[in-house]
Amino acid sequence: MELVCPAGNYPSLKAAVDNGADAVYIGFRDNTNARHFAGLNFTDQRAVKALDYARNNNVRLFVAINTYAQADQWSRWQYAVDACADLQASALIAADMGVMAYACEKYPELPLHLSVQGSATNAAALELYHQQFNIRRAVLPRVLSLKQVQALVKKSPVELEVFAFGSLCIMAEGRCLLSSYVTGESPNTAGACSPASAVRWEQTANGGMSTRLNGVLIDRFSAHEQAGYPTLCKGRFKVQGEAQEKIMHALEEPTSLNTLNLIPRLSEMGISAVKIEGRQRSPAYVAAVTRIWREALDACKANKNEFQPEARWMAELSKLSEGSQTTLGAYSRPWQ
Amino acid sequence: MQTTLGPVLYFWPRQDIFDFYEKVSQSGIDRVCLGEVTCSKRREMSHGDWIAIARLLADAGKKVVLSTLTLLESESELSQVRKVCDNNEFMVEANDMSAVKFLSSNGLEFCTGPSLNIYNAYTLKQLYKLGLKRWVLPLELSEKKLTSILQQAEELKLNDKIETEVFSYGYMPLAYSARCFTARVNEIGKDECDFICRKVPQGIPLATQENEQLFTLNGIQTMSGHCMNILSRWQDMEKQGVHSMRLSAHSHDVIEIADSLICSIKDNKPFFSELSVEQCNGFWEGGSGKDQLYREVR
Repeated sequence: MELVCPAGNYPSLKAAVDNGADAVYIGFRDNTNARHFAGLNFTDQRAVKALDYARNNNVRLFVAINTYAQADQWSRWQYAVDACADLQASALIAADMGVMAYACEKYPELPLHLSVQGSATNAAALELYHQQFNIRRAVLPRVLSLKQVQALVKKSPVELEVFAFGSLCIMAEGRCLLSSYVTGESPNTAGACSPASAVRWEQTANGGMSTRLNGVLIDRFSAHEQAGYPTLCKGRFKVQGEAQEKIMHALEEPTSLNTLNLIPRLSEMGISAVKIEGRQRSPAYVAAVTRIWREALDACKANKNEFQPEARWMAELSKLSEGSQTTLGAYSRPWQ
Repeated sequence: MQTTLGPVLYFWPRQDIFDFYEKVSQSGIDRVCLGEVTCSKRREMSHGDWIAIARLLADAGKKVVLSTLTLLESESELSQVRKVCDNNEFMVEANDMSAVKFLSSNGLEFCTGPSLNIYNAYTLKQLYKLGLKRWVLPLELSEKKLTSILQQAEELKLNDKIETEVFSYGYMPLAYSARCFTARVNEIGKDECDFICRKVPQGIPLATQENEQLFTLNGIQTMSGHCMNILSRWQDMEKQGVHSMRLSAHSHDVIEIADSLICSIKDNKPFFSELSVEQCNGFWEGGSGKDQLYREVR
């Protein structure tokens, strides 16, 4: 299985390459990619440098142009596709049918991957994208159980890539408008979920913290709790259960996905690549996660039957996780 | 301007569904979308039941559309979608690309619901080639964004070929998950849900710790906490080239609201519908979806 790692900037890209990534994915510095945050991503020139570094180290470079093209800015998406083709990137990761059609007609040699934002969770959807745009690979949304992934690999006309580690998006990606409902900006339109400009952190009288998104209270933390980034799906809200009203993480706890112990099964079932999330994270984070996953994948390759995640890997990954908690997410039964 | 009644997104008892559509058949609504689009476990209504309702409505002069499931996770769900696509009688509204695949392979014309991501006319063009006849503007797009898409569609010579629909009234479906939040709130697993969503036919309201109404939980769906209402904009929409306004079937009252809108449309008069505190105007005016702007009718 190919290890696909994130790079929000050049130091992260080096960190990923130096620590054993097989492929690195980047985005351009605008709303054409789904991690459009200030200070992140690549200019055309920086991307050339990134490509050189990756290629010199035999690592593939993918470019994510995976937001939905806004009609009034269509040329921006065209330009991004042109830039990706000029770079001779190893693949273009896209979600928008219009963008895919443009790429596939103008640059038939440029391999296309269907982004997770394309929300394809079944064989028929994958067949459509394959037939229409000749996609070579698709990244699966984090909504399928392991059994469902296994059934899909058998039917899929293209390679499949799954999320392996990182922040857990609990909604079918590309179909979540929670962020735009509250801030007006979403991953689809602006390339950002909970845009930083809408985030407020407030000290409370008891030494704790309140977090807000565009004025909406997402959570209150006591003095000893670590305050999380205010994403809507991980806030604590008031809901009426059958018995009583309660304040709870109604959608999901702040937790990260960690599938290290699924490596042998994912590999056996024919998954082509595992993806690490985190273009918004630091080079140190990218280095640590990449190194552990490289070691784990190599260990599994050397001896699949005996593979067990090492305690030190799990401990370190835990430290790098949101709220120091990890989960198998939709892969595991409790979600089903 | 036409009116479309969207599918019931909640889990209503079988008899309630039949009673509701009996009323719909007597209303002035032009088009009705039917079927289970939220959760495949809700099987109180069989495919045959939906077809029976579809025929009842068609006999009453309605245009009938069968809607497909939005989030598919298993093979059985895929066969459910295929069955709807293969119905041979009614037009189908695709809520996932799987339905687009089935319908286009069968050489059938189709329409798309709001969960299909169409943000520009180049995407419209691709879907038109596959058989698209009518599309619904994604919920998070504004009037201004629609203008840009329709201008682009004009350049691509698509405008007279595809009809545009705008979600104009009801609670907006904002996200879909593997998890059932109605079960989660009641501390039970999705497998053992025992159809607990039947007890909350309008979903579970979710508020912030400051009691600000934020979302509505409906099974695997997270919906807006406020009911979107942009019905007063019907004349602007018509000028833009919108063919149909969608009202979501979230309660029995929706029929009366639709009928009063239809009266305005027939008389070519402005429709006055002031926002109540429970309502918002969604994304139509720009900005965030939960905004409550009290703009004068132009």
